[in-house]
Amino acid sequence: MPSKSVGAEYIKGLWEENPVFRQLLGMCPILAVTNAVINGIAMGLATYFVLILSSVVVSSIKKLIPSQVRIASYIVIIATFVTIADRFMAAFFPPISKSLGPYIPLIVVNCIILGRQEAFSSKNSVGRSLVDALGMSTGFILALLVLSSIREILGMGTFLGHQVMGAWFKPWIIMILPAGAFITLGILLAVALVIESETKKRKN
Amino acid sequence: MELLTLFIAAILVNNFVLYYFLGICPFLGVSKKIDSAFSMGLAVTFVMTITAVVSWMINHWILIPYNLDYLQIVSFILVIAALVQLVEMFIRKISPPLYQALGIYLPLITTNCAIMGLALLAALKDYGFAKTVVFGVGSGLGFTLAIVLMAGIREQLDLADVPEPLKGAGIALIIAGIIALAFTGFSGMIN
Repeated sequence: MPSKSVGAEYIKGLWEENPVFRQLLGMCPILAVTNAVINGIAMGLATYFVLILSSVVVSSIKKLIPSQVRIASYIVIIATFVTIADRFMAAFFPPISKSLGPYIPLIVVNCIILGRQEAFSSKNSVGRSLVDALGMSTGFILALLVLSSIREILGMGTFLGHQVMGAWFKPWIIMILPAGAFITLGILLAVALVIESETKKRKN
Repeated sequence: MELLTLFIAAILVNNFVLYYFLGICPFLGVSKKIDSAFSMGLAVTFVMTITAVVSWMINHWILIPYNLDYLQIVSFILVIAALVQLVEMFIRKISPPLYQALGIYLPLITTNCAIMGLALLAALKDYGFAKTVVFGVGSGLGFTLAIVLMAGIREQLDLADVPEPLKGAGIALIIAGIIALAFTGFSGMIN
């Protein structure tokens, strides 16, 4: 693996290898919890916590895990941290935990997390894996924030519960419905591709 | 009657893909051809039904009596992983043609969040045994319906002139949005 500077390792998660816009990973949570910004933030932070701790643990015990059972071992490690996150949310933020329903426990099958363990933490040092996990989860939070802001502002005229649109604004109910999630994400993916190809053109 | 309502609701109203956003990865990945979409749907329905039964038993016979319900996440995911392996071996022995048809889709199901979602949702809603089974079968059929519809549209799409940046996942998501919009028409049907 070509060694990158620590900064580049972090930055790549934000755009170049953004888990959502570039790698199409973690689509279920990104569509399901972005009907309000607060849900998006809660989901992002929970994933942040799980991804970082799992990456640190996996990269520090990578030599102890036999390769035949590595996936099962990663899943147990991830599931442990997801349980902690789930219990923590239920204890300290019951309303958010309730509105996110099964989606916090479902972080365990979020392909971003398992994907990073398999593709990165199992081959790199603890420090590097930590930076990689930080970058990837920041990229994931960014994607959640963009999508949930668009959906909440257009769908309810509010941002984090505060009114931002004037009285003239009629909320677009479709943005809160599942259909709005699919269509907005589809358009965002196209926008990401256009930006990418434009920057490539400019570089050449 | 209650069971019938639950069954129809699981297929049409609270469709796993279009309402709960579960199983999006196979929904986008395996929906290019109707045949393979149908096989994937069958495999998911099959595993979902068994998962519903086994996860109910574990939850009600082991976890709840011993106050271990905080172990739900860990035990469900392990059970699903083991179950998919078992089902795969079982089908290979019992029915080679079915094994051929399901092929690579079986192992992929382990990481399908629809299966885990089913186990968690059934536990969360506190369904009894019969309801859990009906919920499992209905959700699996709902998934099959959604993925086959999607594949039908995508086969036609090959002939359409899609703008360059929307090709692939972009247009697939927008189509999914339109299907989801059509499915909201069912939402008044059952309360």
